[in-house]
Amino acid sequence: MAVMSYRQALHDTLRAEMLRDPDVFLMGEEIGRFEGSYKITAGLLDEFGPKRVRDTPIAEEGFTGAAVGAAMLGLRPVVEIMTINFSLLALDQIVNHAAKIYGMFGGQKSVPMVIRTPGGGGQQLAATHSQNVELFYAFTPGLKVVAPSSPADAKALLLASIRDNDPVLFLENLALYNTKGEVPDGDVAGEIGRAAVTREGTDITLVAYSRMAHVALQVAEKLAADEGISAEVVDLRSLRPLDRPTIIESVKKTSCAVVLEDDWLTYGIGAEVAASISDGAFDYLDAPVRRVAMAEVPLPYAKSLELAALPSANDVVTAVHQTLDAVGRRSVGAH
Amino acid sequence: MTTKGGSNVATTSRRRPARSAKNSEELLGYYRQMLLVRRFEERTAQAYTEAKIGGYCHLNLGEEATVVGLMAAIEERDYLFTNYRDHGYALIRGMDPGRVMAELYGRQDGVSKGWGGSMHLFDTDVRQLGGYGIVGGQLPLAAGAALAVSYRDGDEVVMCQMGDGTTNIGAFHETLNMATLWDLPIVFVVVNNHLGMGTTVEMSSAEPELYKRASAYRMESARVDGNDVIAVRDAAKVAVERARKEQKPYLLETVSGRLKGHSVVDPAAYRSKDEVEAVRAQDPVAALHDALVDGKVADADQLAEVDAEVHRIVKAAVEFAEKSPAPEVSSLFDYTYASPVPNDSRRLPADPLFPVGA
Ligand SMILES: Cc1ncc(C[n+]2csc(CCOP(=O)(O)OP(=O)(O)O)c2C)c(N)n1
Repeated sequence: MAVMSYRQALHDTLRAEMLRDPDVFLMGEEIGRFEGSYKITAGLLDEFGPKRVRDTPIAEEGFTGAAVGAAMLGLRPVVEIMTINFSLLALDQIVNHAAKIYGMFGGQKSVPMVIRTPGGGGQQLAATHSQNVELFYAFTPGLKVVAPSSPADAKALLLASIRDNDPVLFLENLALYNTKGEVPDGDVAGEIGRAAVTREGTDITLVAYSRMAHVALQVAEKLAADEGISAEVVDLRSLRPLDRPTIIESVKKTSCAVVLEDDWLTYGIGAEVAASISDGAFDYLDAPVRRVAMAEVPLPYAKSLELAALPSANDVVTAVHQTLDAVGRRSVGAH
Repeated sequence: MTTKGGSNVATTSRRRPARSAKNSEELLGYYRQMLLVRRFEERTAQAYTEAKIGGYCHLNLGEEATVVGLMAAIEERDYLFTNYRDHGYALIRGMDPGRVMAELYGRQDGVSKGWGGSMHLFDTDVRQLGGYGIVGGQLPLAAGAALAVSYRDGDEVVMCQMGDGTTNIGAFHETLNMATLWDLPIVFVVVNNHLGMGTTVEMSSAEPELYKRASAYRMESARVDGNDVIAVRDAAKVAVERARKEQKPYLLETVSGRLKGHSVVDPAAYRSKDEVEAVRAQDPVAALHDALVDGKVADADQLAEVDAEVHRIVKAAVEFAEKSPAPEVSSLFDYTYASPVPNDSRRLPADPLFPVGA
């Protein structure tokens, strides 16, 4: 087990998969000569050449669609879209084509491809460069959407995504690239569609994914240390399929939940999680499910405004307090 | 018959196909295929009006010579992508007429098992990789297929059909650009029937001679009379050979007309009588019929016998479709994912997400 960054885990996994399977190739803007906007593909052009590390024109719809077509003939393209904001130009190819080809043609052709793309605000990039629109993809049957938060999961889920026979949107996050963690050695693929309980607890469940799964863990540690509150953390890891059973099991144990997300609240992924909890664990709930999400504005450039709009650890602590206060459980204190 | 570099397309002489054909057998074969498209589409329109076929339904009436000429130029190993106006291509490419009709009927034996309908005919066996309902959506896919061919050093060619209106979509420009940059073995075919729904080429395209657009991508291109099956075939062969031997993309524009509305339900009220007359006067099936008779390749009785044979095929296709059962509701979740996955939601609208009391 080596300790490495999320970035390194992605890089090493791409490289290993390219060595393992000659059908795996990469395409995207600036992934070759420039070595990737976030350097995930550094060195790969030198090692594998331009056929397998293909720099594309700035044509998100065109090259994403070309990857779909290549996948239809059995190759395994891994597309990098510079950020999820630009994936909106490829929405037709992802939602209307990649996601539909297997079903619409009666199962005759699958589309084994991966679209890697980072999301995330907090870099003062203003409204068009700071969106988390993974919901659009998670909403769509036929796609699989994974959002690993740790280096270990980045590796395990990228292996699984590349080997999967369906199109997978692989969500990364700018804030995660430099985070470090232990990564198991060897060829261990994860399973798409399974959430993880990343911290056990008894008082309240925090459900989150991607960057907010880190925030959830930090908050849980702090609550335990400062107030003796025992929070359980569920890291969704997969947004479609959504692992409802793991969420429900946790809420049945804790009877309270706060859902964290880095996107807009209304109709968001947290809304789906909260609705699922009400459906599957209503009788166990002691308090309404609260959601912590971004302010519902196009993200501003000014630091003060951007910080105010993004969900923070303090916002989560407040939501936990409000939830436990509502049922008079905070004063219970340490177990 | 093919134009390069700018002048207008020549109009078909009614006798030309007979004169330029290598042999009469071949020409009769094309006539039979064009007639199959014609009769199949006429029967399709009827079935649609009887509400046996649902959804949208776009016919190839008036484009038969283009369809047959193009299909004569590609080989079995080649791949085809088309838009939603795909019935004729499916039939001539070699899909079973009964299974095509069953797809239009939304039945279990349809080529896409009833999941795609009229706009989405697909058959891996004949390498027709789909009709696509989003205008221009098939272009990047076709380029990707060509990329896969070249990745594997294959010698297959991808043909990608589209309508004239498609040349104004962003994907058209993105795809042609990539095709040249990456030396893709692909032939783009613009079937110019002068109309995208009710919008004319002149209304929608700053350069209405569409083959010229290829020059922006350093791509060879040509314009050909789409009512002349031999001219289409020969022009397409040039394009296909170039794609195969030199790994270079090509843009071919075929110029024909749409005999009916955009889809079966469209009465085409936006067209004047004169316009419709002009298209009728160019009817490629009638023209080839007359040319065959005039050229003494076949007499009218022989051609009537071909027609009768085609009618029998179409009748059998309809009977097959009528008999094919509707897909089982239990198969509803069979084609969401190719790789099974835990926690995939498989519920009908009234099913509870979690059983009550569990
Ligand atoms: C992206 C998109 N926009 C609009 C439509 C609606 N639509 C369907 S067919 C069509 C006209 C297309 O014309 P053309 O490309 O010339 O093809 P033709 O119908 O003549 O074969 C339009 C606007 C669509 N299907 N997809």
